[in-house]
Amino acid sequence: MAKLIKGIFLGIFNVVIIWIALFLYSHGAYWILLLLLLGAALVNFIFISERGYPYRYLLPASFFMILLVVYPIIYTVYVSVTNYGTGNILSKEQVIAQLQERRIHDGDAGSYSYTAYRDDQGQLWFLFTGPQGELLLGHAGQLERVQEGDASLNRLAEFTELTRADLVRATNEISALSFALDETSQLQMRNINSFGVYRPQYQYSRERDELLDLESGIIYQPVLGYFQAPDGTRLTPGFREVIGLQNFRKLFSNPQVTGPFMRVFIWTVQWALLSVGCTFAVGLFLAILLNDPYLRWRRFYRAVLILPYAVPAFISALIWRGLFHTELGVINRILKATIGSGVPWLQDPVWAKVALVILNLWLGFPYMMIVCLGALQSINQEMYEAALVDGASSWQQFRHITLPLLMVSVAPLLIASFSFNFNNFSVIYLLTRGRPPIVGAQTPAGHTDILISYTYRLAFESGRGVDYGLASAVTLVIFLITGTLTFINFRFTGALEEVRKNV
Amino acid sequence: MYRRHSFLGALWRHGVLLVFVAFALFPILWVISASFNPANTLVGQGLIPPNPSLDNYREVFTSEQYPIALWIKNSVVIGLITSTLVVIMTSFAAYAFSRFRFKGRRTGLFASLLVQVFPQMLAAVSIYLLVLSIGRLIPALGINTHAGLIMVYLGGAMGVNAWLMKGYFDTIPNSLEESAMIDGASPFQAFFMIILPLARPILAVVFLLQFIGVYSELILASVLITSTEKYTLAVGLQLFIQDQYASRWGVFAAASVLGALPIVLLFVFLQKYLVTGLISGAVKG
Repeated sequence: MAKLIKGIFLGIFNVVIIWIALFLYSHGAYWILLLLLLGAALVNFIFISERGYPYRYLLPASFFMILLVVYPIIYTVYVSVTNYGTGNILSKEQVIAQLQERRIHDGDAGSYSYTAYRDDQGQLWFLFTGPQGELLLGHAGQLERVQEGDASLNRLAEFTELTRADLVRATNEISALSFALDETSQLQMRNINSFGVYRPQYQYSRERDELLDLESGIIYQPVLGYFQAPDGTRLTPGFREVIGLQNFRKLFSNPQVTGPFMRVFIWTVQWALLSVGCTFAVGLFLAILLNDPYLRWRRFYRAVLILPYAVPAFISALIWRGLFHTELGVINRILKATIGSGVPWLQDPVWAKVALVILNLWLGFPYMMIVCLGALQSINQEMYEAALVDGASSWQQFRHITLPLLMVSVAPLLIASFSFNFNNFSVIYLLTRGRPPIVGAQTPAGHTDILISYTYRLAFESGRGVDYGLASAVTLVIFLITGTLTFINFRFTGALEEVRKNV
Repeated sequence: MYRRHSFLGALWRHGVLLVFVAFALFPILWVISASFNPANTLVGQGLIPPNPSLDNYREVFTSEQYPIALWIKNSVVIGLITSTLVVIMTSFAAYAFSRFRFKGRRTGLFASLLVQVFPQMLAAVSIYLLVLSIGRLIPALGINTHAGLIMVYLGGAMGVNAWLMKGYFDTIPNSLEESAMIDGASPFQAFFMIILPLARPILAVVFLLQFIGVYSELILASVLITSTEKYTLAVGLQLFIQDQYASRWGVFAAASVLGALPIVLLFVFLQKYLVTGLISGAVKG
């Protein structure tokens, strides 16, 4: 029975793989095809061989992890060393093809006057008269040499001839047309009265990998994603190309990029520290109050104080943005009623940061409170009795017993919380969107942007076009920082476990 | 450490706690009040609405331009499907990590930890481009499909979940499966009929954490979903309110209350499980 199911599964699997493989083959994606076949072979091996048994359990989760986490990370590394972004979206082949399509008017070839006709189906026909008086019949991109009295010419009489007013009305339609004169030249509308001969402007030489401007004779060579003339003039669009560590260099040495980047970076660290610090301080304080067995209504307080944590953060952030609204928000209304003036919460760089910290305190203190309550309950009460005998004050007890013992279990969570807030995109994005903007920045950076929201705007929201390359470079910087933090965290917890074992 | 309170001692403690209770409750009450206020504006709202009505809630369910109820449904459906699949996939993986000894076991465990270090959303650019090309091959999984978004979320299934589950499986004694296998069960049957039922609490924790995480996820959803009727609540709600607090506050408040409800209910009823999971290192989105 189990064998049968396995057989059916493998059969279906292989059929699907073959179907995808054929598709990839027909699209010329040979590298992906190769990877696919290797993967499929591995799957077959795992399910046929007994040695592959444990891997069967790992297969689904690993597949999605490799496809959607590992591969994107590798791809991010690749994009970070390219110039991928607005202006450099296309591949080099596509750019060459596009540039070769560009044509210039050849004044020496003379001009072609014309009469235009429309047939019953609304199709356009043209009768051109060339500079030497030759007659050409043009339709659907094709030209046909004709003589007076030809049958094809007589058919024109059945069509409606376009008046000058018609021509003016149809200008857009006509100017989009072109007729192939020979292999490279085309007839295109030049003005309302005549067509002209258009020749390709550039000629690409594959052996020398350069573009020749047939009009001026200038040679353009590919330099860092653009075809560039000796005097530095670039042809647009550019193409995407590996440009080495340029993006990183830009991040750390171009003043218009580095300035905002460093500001964003410093605020990110401040933000993460402030978030952890405030939530932990408040959470611990409340936990100590609530852990007190003599306090009445503890269960009520606990239940109510946890509530902010139960609301999805994206909803809370949007609600708070309403409360912080400068003209209409309730916070400013209360401030106006009590101290006489409101605060420009989301317009002023400093107040925007204060608003963010208040919001994150609201969002985060319940978590710290829960965690600290748990940790406090695990502290052995005999310690305090011993301290009392020695005559220690409450502060001394807190300082020398509670805090150090609490830290053992809470410190890793604080580091995790730091990493989490370091990348806390939704709170920043939903409350301030990184605003107010930093004046004079070349990249779209704001005073309250943290690295992750800055990256998002670089990649998806910039009005000046997107820069996937630079965004990926920033992403790698974030990877590096959070990676190091987590590594420290593992070392830290690992070390603590060893300490506990020794005790 | 704690002593019986004097009158003053009790007074300041309750005073401080009540200040924090007010801080915690105020935004919630304020929004609930706005949701019943037919004025639908931030202007001059008080804590108790003058003529409470259900107009805003009706708008949430009937608006054609902003199908908020549909967004909530999208979020719930995507959350349920993702969490179910994640629980299935992760329990398999965690079982292998817990019970079998094989080549690459340590590497695999370490890799799933590393994955946690690199939050998926950081690679949003690459994921967007990847889904774009997957969509060319299989349109049903491309940009602007729920299936594609769910597929992307599944990528993060390993990581903390695998560790949480493996830790729990490790505490279930091996002898249970061994006796089942002596009775003729295959390893898979032993896993499916013995271990999984015993591991229900941790399955619930992973399911819940995953559901909450997906429900609140913003960055990938906003990059991958482009048409209004397919938005999740997190994407749609922020576009709906987008600085229009003066004119849409009431409807927004009603949408917030309805949208928060699934999670708040889960949280209130399953707090005990959730807290365990959270303390073991998971972070709520």
